[in-house]
Amino acid sequence: MAETLKEPKCGAIVIGGSAGSLDVLLEVFPALKADLNIPIIIVVHRKGSSESLLTDLLQSRTALKVLEAEEKSLLEGGKVYIAPADYHLLVEDDHTISLDYSEKINYSRPSIDVTFQSAAEVFKGDLVCILLSGSNADGVEGLKIVNNFGGRVVIQNPNTAIMPYMPQQASIAVKPNLVLDSFEMAEFINGLRG
Amino acid sequence: MDAIDNEQVNLLLNDVLETHGYDFLAYSPASIKRRITRLFALDNFVSFAEFRYTVRTDKQYFKRFLEEITVNVTEMFRDPGFYKALRNEVLPNLGTYPFIRIWVAGCSTGEEAYSLAIVLKELNLLSKSLIYATDINPSVLEKAKKGMFPLNYLKGYSENYRQSGGAKDFTTYYTANYSLAKFDEGLSSKMIFSTHNLVSDHSFNEFQLIMCRNVLIYFDKDLQHKVFNLFDNSLENLGYLALGSKESLDFWPRAKEYKRVKTEKIWRKL
Repeated sequence: MAETLKEPKCGAIVIGGSAGSLDVLLEVFPALKADLNIPIIIVVHRKGSSESLLTDLLQSRTALKVLEAEEKSLLEGGKVYIAPADYHLLVEDDHTISLDYSEKINYSRPSIDVTFQSAAEVFKGDLVCILLSGSNADGVEGLKIVNNFGGRVVIQNPNTAIMPYMPQQASIAVKPNLVLDSFEMAEFINGLRG
Repeated sequence: MDAIDNEQVNLLLNDVLETHGYDFLAYSPASIKRRITRLFALDNFVSFAEFRYTVRTDKQYFKRFLEEITVNVTEMFRDPGFYKALRNEVLPNLGTYPFIRIWVAGCSTGEEAYSLAIVLKELNLLSKSLIYATDINPSVLEKAKKGMFPLNYLKGYSENYRQSGGAKDFTTYYTANYSLAKFDEGLSSKMIFSTHNLVSDHSFNEFQLIMCRNVLIYFDKDLQHKVFNLFDNSLENLGYLALGSKESLDFWPRAKEYKRVKTEKIWRKL
């Protein structure tokens, strides 16, 4: 068979972010291709009350199906799962979602570290994790684990992030596979092979 | 980095079942694995073998294991909208009964049971109510009995209480005692605390309201259904079942026998 598919297979994309990451998502989502056959999980820190707001905001900007993640639901390509406020989101071996109301991690629930680590253990080398703007270091420990499992680590370029601290800390802790500006992210995601 | 793998988790959980009689095998694997990995790191075990041996043989340590691998994070008036629905719709309907029996299943350190007692008191129903508060874990029940919660949380609880429709001065329900808030014993006098394991124990009474919030998210689907059957056996007709904000009765085969109360995660048995 001809080597036409150099792009490695991608089983899931997890995007984490905190302060300043919403702008990036709002820029990336309209440019995502409608037939992207990969599940996307989004873990962003936010206040409990704005829970469905983010889902609506993103849904209005993409042809992909955006939903608030529910426990036991199966990750499917072409769908975007938002981690609900106040719950950690974990991925099971059978690619279903578990929610967890345990202690906050890095003062955060949902914690990006928790989802990165859990997804890494399941998807191993088939995982792409993207860490966006933020002013704390949640997600950094998770990226180390993603890296150890052979998954791909992508960070937003700290020089152009609204809050550079989070991607900066990541770039110190792990050697990212890619550093992208926000306007490059949609193209990168569209190029992933489901 | 993956300090404990899935196979080791299974070994450990099988040991726990065989030597201590607690069955965690139908818990959601990712969550339970995370709890175990966390405890392993927290207690500085050098090897899985040492961890496994300690869990199996050290009774004192097993108490800690049980407390730490189950999630005991809770708060008073968690999800104010839920308590508003209890206050305005559910409990007034129960007021017509001569005697109200309520089961708080998986009550942990008791914050929800005390919240419920406060609402009952304000509706003048507490005197004819009895709250059965149960948990798998004896040590959290000891805490729940005392009714003492860290004082620094009370500001948040008081705000939750107010948002849930509470109009009294929340400070009248407790006395500050150093760093703890001790809740009025009039509240706990209407509570019965007991261990109960939703996985292995049976129905023990009939209730008009069962509250079980943020417990079922840790169970796999089959176990969830089994527990719904247990609740169904423990609920009078027209009784209510209240779940956590991300839990649902919808996928249980007999869900049609229940009617959802508006937008909250509360169902009424038809």
